[in-house]
Amino acid sequence: MSGETRGAVEFRQVRKLFGGFTAIRSLDLVIAPGELVTLLGPSGCGKTTTLRMLAGLESPTSGKILIGGQDVTRLPANRRDVSMVFQSYALFPHMNVAENVAYGLESGGMKRAEARAAAEAGLELVGLGGLGARLPAEISGGQQQRVAVARALVLEPQVLLLDEPLSNLDARLRRRVRTEIRDLQQRLGFTAVYVTHDQEEALAVSDRIVVMREGEIAQVGTPRELYDAPASEFIADFIGEANVVDAEILSVSSGQAQVRLGAMVAELPARGLAAGPARVALRSNALRVGGAGEAGLEGKVATSAFLGDHVEYEIESALGRIFVIDDESDEPLAPGTAVSLALRPRGAALIP
Amino acid sequence: MSLAGPAEAPAPPCLHSQARVMSQDNRRLDYTLAGALAVLLLVPWYRVRGGFFSFDWPGELAGKHDLWPAMAQAVTGRWQIWPVLLLLALAAVQRLVRAPGAARGRALAVIGAAGLGWMMLEGMSIGLRGWNWGLLETLFGAAAGQPAFGAGALSLGLVFTLLIAFGLAERGALKGDAFVLGAISVLVLLVATFVFYPIVSMFTGAFQDFDGSFTTEGVTRNLIDPKIWSLSCLAGGYCGVAWRTFFLAVATATGTTVLGLAFALVATRTGFPFKKSLRLLTVLPIITPPFVVGLALTLMLGRAGVVTQWIETLTGFELGRWLYGLAGIWIAQMLSFTPISFLILIGVVDGISPSMEEASQTLRSDRWRTFRKVSLPLMAPGLANAFLIGFIESMADFGNPLVLGGSGGVLSTEIFFAVVGAQNDPARAAVLASILLIFTLSAFLAQRLWLAGRNFATVGGKGDGGRHALLPARVSGPVTCIVVVWGGFTVAVYALILFGGFVRIWGLDHSLTLEHYQRAFGIAFDGGVRWTGVAWNSFWTTMKIALLAAPLTAAVGLMTAWLIVRQHFPGRAAFEFALMMSFAIPGTVIGISYIMAFNLPPVQMTGSAAILIACFVFRNMPVGVRGGVAAMAQLDGSLDEASLTLGAGSGRTMRRVILPLMRPAILAALVYSFVRAITSISAVIFLVSAKYNMATAYIVGLVENGEYGIAIAYSSVLIVVMISIIGGFQLLVGERQMRRRENGMKEARA
Repeated sequence: MSGETRGAVEFRQVRKLFGGFTAIRSLDLVIAPGELVTLLGPSGCGKTTTLRMLAGLESPTSGKILIGGQDVTRLPANRRDVSMVFQSYALFPHMNVAENVAYGLESGGMKRAEARAAAEAGLELVGLGGLGARLPAEISGGQQQRVAVARALVLEPQVLLLDEPLSNLDARLRRRVRTEIRDLQQRLGFTAVYVTHDQEEALAVSDRIVVMREGEIAQVGTPRELYDAPASEFIADFIGEANVVDAEILSVSSGQAQVRLGAMVAELPARGLAAGPARVALRSNALRVGGAGEAGLEGKVATSAFLGDHVEYEIESALGRIFVIDDESDEPLAPGTAVSLALRPRGAALIP
Repeated sequence: MSLAGPAEAPAPPCLHSQARVMSQDNRRLDYTLAGALAVLLLVPWYRVRGGFFSFDWPGELAGKHDLWPAMAQAVTGRWQIWPVLLLLALAAVQRLVRAPGAARGRALAVIGAAGLGWMMLEGMSIGLRGWNWGLLETLFGAAAGQPAFGAGALSLGLVFTLLIAFGLAERGALKGDAFVLGAISVLVLLVATFVFYPIVSMFTGAFQDFDGSFTTEGVTRNLIDPKIWSLSCLAGGYCGVAWRTFFLAVATATGTTVLGLAFALVATRTGFPFKKSLRLLTVLPIITPPFVVGLALTLMLGRAGVVTQWIETLTGFELGRWLYGLAGIWIAQMLSFTPISFLILIGVVDGISPSMEEASQTLRSDRWRTFRKVSLPLMAPGLANAFLIGFIESMADFGNPLVLGGSGGVLSTEIFFAVVGAQNDPARAAVLASILLIFTLSAFLAQRLWLAGRNFATVGGKGDGGRHALLPARVSGPVTCIVVVWGGFTVAVYALILFGGFVRIWGLDHSLTLEHYQRAFGIAFDGGVRWTGVAWNSFWTTMKIALLAAPLTAAVGLMTAWLIVRQHFPGRAAFEFALMMSFAIPGTVIGISYIMAFNLPPVQMTGSAAILIACFVFRNMPVGVRGGVAAMAQLDGSLDEASLTLGAGSGRTMRRVILPLMRPAILAALVYSFVRAITSISAVIFLVSAKYNMATAYIVGLVENGEYGIAIAYSSVLIVVMISIIGGFQLLVGERQMRRRENGMKEARA
């Protein structure tokens, strides 16, 4: 195995049935060494099953899984060169923090003293140096999470697996810890596969995102690609809560389409579509709320909610009820106010 | 450590791990085959009469052919061992010639299965005096007889089982986990040998004549016997034993359910001042040998009983022997099993979500309407469950009917008398046991299949606040009344047991004496301690056997629980179901089937300590399984998975993560199986021998001889011993938790 394939992951036509239920239909996926890939999707879409098959906690019904160029499909979890951070952290409650972190090293045959030293280094790495003697129950949730990361990282696995690692943290901590995880991953350069159902988290940490739906891959791409060019209404809705509205393509020339949206006409990348009826994803920031009578789409405020740094509106218009964010004005408009909606240069995309 | 720096390319770890897998596959195979070779060369193949662990046999090897190991047996004419040697040689060839992998795995599994199959076949076919069946003799000519399997043969059976497991592991079954596969294979082998083989033997025993040939005569004679099936008591006559047992079980189940519900309601939903001490009642059935209640009842209500005499002198009316029969057994069973029903129903009554009752109250219902329309219907499945368990307990009860049965016995005692009495009719015993088994298994199946999924107790589940409604006045009054009366009765019965041992001759001479205790537990100090009391022998035997059985029971039970909860193997549900079903097999049936299965080769154990230990382990295992399942359900499953992904195998995960976390459950299983081994009577009474007599069987013997004084003194001692064991255990566990909490607080403050 060369240094280039270390950390590479490949799923080849992997299929997984649980009894009669198809969890994964047929999965083909290649992950490059050093990449952080997120598996994103609603609950029951098969993302956790995919991760657990990679860990060796489930066996695929058919197909192959390769890690570092090596077929590991039949290799049990304890003999795969991966390690995992669990949603519940799964810290052993009867061992202290240092023992928890050293556990995997000792399983691999490392001498106790050596393992303890490495564990201490691992704890330093996640900023928990000196807490080794505490029991898991005696540290905070955020610290437990970092212990779980340290415990997985000290093994220097080819691939680090993270199963919803932030879901037990409060919102503020979540933001900080996800940045830390991303930093560590960039600094140490390991491959990471990250499962989450939170699209914001996925956008924030990933090199690439794999959106899954009902046991299949719905779309793979960088956060930017998914956001700017969703492959389907499902993706458009799942990534960044778009309004999907009816539109008409008037003409296409050199890859750009003239699209009529109600009373407006916009120029959008054609994405291979020809003239005719079409669907457009409008992000919540794609429209600017202006006073009645200005150019654009006419509408009426249905609901409004003041959220500190921005105001959320639902606006009744010819395109249907549209969700819009306004971060320019401070004073929310009362329901019933007549407004106009003007298209901004970003945030709208044709759906193929 | 490259942690702090950027990633560099180290030695190829996955090639390395692949090699490690292969060497592990080979290493465990090497150990197993080397062990098999040692056994073949050194360990006696057949059963050693004086006991293998007495180690008298190495000295006697020269003279006795039967003591020789397999290799020597094979070269001196026992051709039935040749296939075993051949199969092991084949396994060794596989090890040397082929690399680990699916192909070798299949070969090993086939070799293991063939070995086990052959050993079973030849063991069943060739008995002490040659072929077991005439047909084989005419086919193959005469064969020399062989004794029962001994240490050597049993070890080889284990080796073949492991070969199957290792083979399957190399094929990649269960993600190639040899530890789990080995555990499952060995458990299946053990359960098949010690639960299902005896039951099957019992059924076939019903169809055998004294010389072993097939006959339906005994079965048909017993199946139509009016003594079993007559229903004439409905017309004022005398009913058959099957129906009597059935009616008794229904009456007991009804009574214990009603009383148990009364206790549970009082304990959880009234302001009754002694609620806490009510819960102590639930300990009683655990510490009471089952016939003790019957014994105490005779002291109270028997012909010479205190209450009987008091009533007779007061009214001049002759009460007679009314206690000895179904009525007496019923009262004794009500006393014995109400605490069990109480224990079940506390859970049911407590488990009903308080918010249901609060919702009902906010919907304009008073307490009575809430109780009648909401609480009671929600308890219904729990009540049905308690009823079925009461039914099974009553059916399986042996101690009380034995003491109080008189002329009108029940199935369990009739089975006993069919084999030990003058009748000696194994076919009758087998038929009666089958009837009993059908009754209890039907109740068990009803409980598992019909009640499954009907339990409302956990509706609402976690995070459900609120408080249970108190009982409406028109319920709480009568219920408290029942509880006070029955509780008082129970206390009086137990007081009589403890007191009875100090009375010279019950009913005639009520002067106090220590004579019974002296005769039972006397110790003389003339040049060292001499245990002169008559009870010491059985007492120490009981302690020894219970001490040996307890860790085995706990180990087997918890291992099984772990497999059931954490491993997903094909047939898991059936495996669990079969195990739990063995819980519904009455002890009497186990006893009779063990005699029928283990009295002759291939596995001969009667009269040994091993048969008692095996009986306890497999009879009490379901308790360990339940405890283990409950304890493991509270452990987050990702702990095991975390350990696996951190590179530990199943064995190491078990040792380092599961076992330490399960320590309280392990202790509980140990104590419980120890105590149950001491109090058990129904199966034991068939299996004791002069050399290994158990306390309960000895006490029953005393009762049969009319030596009530010593019997009661001995029973009291047993009860006190068990109270101290359980109490000590409670203190130990409680204190440990306290200490841990304190430590936690200290460190948190530091």
